[in-house]
Amino acid sequence: MRIIRDRRIVEDTFVHLDEHAPVPSGVGVVLPWSRWLAERASLADRGAPVGVRVAATIDLATLVEALSSLAVVAIEIPKFTDGRAYSLARRLRGEAGFSGELRAVGDVLRDQLLFLSRCGFDAFELAPGRSLEDALEAFGDHERHYQSSADRTRPLWTRPSPG
Amino acid sequence: MYRYDEADQQIVEERARQFRGQVERRLDGRLSEEEFRPLRLQNGLYLQLHAYMLRVAIPYGLLSATQLRQLAHIARTYDRGYGHFTTRQNLQFNWPTLTDTPAILDALASVQMHAIQTSGNCVRNVTSDPFAGVAADEIVDPRPYCEFLRQWSTFHPEFAHLPRKFKIAVTGATVDRAAIAVHDIGLRIRKDEAGRIGFEYFAGGGQGRTPVLAEKLRDFLEEADLLAYTEAVLRIYNELGRRDNKYKARIKVLIKEMGSAEFRRRVEAEFETTRHDPALRLDPEALARMKAHFVPPDYATLPDGQTALQAGRLGKDRAYARWLASNLAPHRVPGYAIVQLSLKSETLPPGDVTADQMDAIADLAERHGFGRILVTHRQNLVLPDVRIDALRQVHAALEGLGFATPNVDRVTDIIACPGLDYCDLANARSIPVAQSIQQTLADADRVHDLGPLTLNISGCINACGHHHVGNIGILGIDKQGEEFYQLTLGGSARDDASVGKVLGRALTAEEIPGAVERILATYAVLRSGADEAFLAVVRRVGLGPFKEAVYADHS
Ligand code: SF4
Repeated sequence: MRIIRDRRIVEDTFVHLDEHAPVPSGVGVVLPWSRWLAERASLADRGAPVGVRVAATIDLATLVEALSSLAVVAIEIPKFTDGRAYSLARRLRGEAGFSGELRAVGDVLRDQLLFLSRCGFDAFELAPGRSLEDALEAFGDHERHYQSSADRTRPLWTRPSPG
Repeated sequence: MYRYDEADQQIVEERARQFRGQVERRLDGRLSEEEFRPLRLQNGLYLQLHAYMLRVAIPYGLLSATQLRQLAHIARTYDRGYGHFTTRQNLQFNWPTLTDTPAILDALASVQMHAIQTSGNCVRNVTSDPFAGVAADEIVDPRPYCEFLRQWSTFHPEFAHLPRKFKIAVTGATVDRAAIAVHDIGLRIRKDEAGRIGFEYFAGGGQGRTPVLAEKLRDFLEEADLLAYTEAVLRIYNELGRRDNKYKARIKVLIKEMGSAEFRRRVEAEFETTRHDPALRLDPEALARMKAHFVPPDYATLPDGQTALQAGRLGKDRAYARWLASNLAPHRVPGYAIVQLSLKSETLPPGDVTADQMDAIADLAERHGFGRILVTHRQNLVLPDVRIDALRQVHAALEGLGFATPNVDRVTDIIACPGLDYCDLANARSIPVAQSIQQTLADADRVHDLGPLTLNISGCINACGHHHVGNIGILGIDKQGEEFYQLTLGGSARDDASVGKVLGRALTAEEIPGAVERILATYAVLRSGADEAFLAVVRRVGLGPFKEAVYADHS
């Protein structure tokens, strides 16, 4: 599967597992949060990166505790109009200091990519049937932003007056 | 007023370009209507009964003459020659085509205007005291803070998909003309004993099907923390606001269900993080730079003009005298007056202005003032800086334009939403009801004598016409496919904000003018003197006598 990562189209290097599929060795995997919770001990020293798939409503404190052993946090967007993932990403990049991959999965569409990335997402699995090439253009929709976000741009109101 | 530099300009131009691309993708089918809908809404583009409607933002109600002329140009070129001022300091074009909207956005961008976030589930156009910067009772000019909020909320990446729409209003005066109690966030600017500026911070007010007055979160939030605190409120709302039922999705429901103490606790906890974020804290230089955009223009040093005003009020020219008494507001600078243009007459629907009238108003604003025009939430326009010695001239000019009806804040200064004539959510028509009331109350002396009184009409429970907070409210309802109207009395949007109470069974459109007439007659009998306003009487005597008057021989 191809995804967008760091504003480029790349082949996904992770294998996505459901609740039961056996864990392959030597390759990165992303598991449902509940399975990760149940199997975290055995996953800890498998020698390849592990990620989880979570809902935006997940209990933040539990997730934050787990972050140090996670390479990927994939946040589900059930409907593109559901804005909760944006705040969760903001928290993970902000106070929780997560520097691994933050991936948007689910109803992920071109016109939301720029704001998602500003909030801290750096990887995107587009909704089925969407053109990744089209979607890449979204990052160029706006070059300047008034306010800061997880991207730490400088707010425009702090710019010195002209002249 | 706030002037764009190249960065602001780039943002509105990028937006127009982005929307042009989205329209193209909609037309070639790459975007479905379901996917396009939130995008066009966040750009103020609604699909209404007969056509698209484009809602243009007039941030905190402030327009330049150049901007108003450009709106006239757009009305002529892309619409049917008029525009409609709304209750939220926006202007609506009722007949643009989808394919023309990108060109309209370009035309707006060329005069530092846009339609960004005038609709959709995001932070909407920030509204304010329509007399901001000129009101005699102003403590602190709210416009710099409104502009900070505008910038902060414009394309805020985290808050573009809130559970529901989100409205912020700010006032800096003694009298609240911004209706802060019925906004998602309402701010009253104050000064503490040491002269420091801060905000009395309210949240959770709203109209719609469950009208609620806002709860106070803070007595005094420091000026520098405005954005940090607001970001905390929005984050809590974005995360915890209900998304399962759009009628329960406003922040007022979250606060009610959670309890205001718990809501406040969570906001304060979040604020502990955001307040230390240098990207949110407003440092003294940023505050000073923003305030510099709003320094007063070069007023002349004039005698206070009060004797001339007094003479005019007592003079033989009754029309002029009435106009002075109802359409003027006191200015902070001696020798000047705030002149309100009544957009409520029998000839045009409330809030409608033709392109030619817009041009004429722009000319007047340049000749009599500093080229500024303000927009009020009662759907009127304001010339903020008229010299008292020029009032007669201005009055004559406004009479010529049809905007001198001496009824501002009087019973015929009716707020009405577009209703069933335009809006596909409507249960009933609003504009014809407003016009029929105006026709039965054609006697200017009587209207004048009835004193301050707000009458607000909404075509459905969404309450765009603010009926809940009208002293007299009229709500269109649907009974088995027929249009009916429910009357409420005792609402107020001011400092003494309250929600009106239902008077009795709903009436037909034909019955409404007579019922209003009887309510007014009852008031005229019951008031203790000319000073006791309609609202005071309703509060003193209750609904009983009014109920009696309206229904006694009918039910
Ligand atoms: S109150 Fe109802 S009818 Fe009137 S404009 Fe709003 S949604 Fe439409």
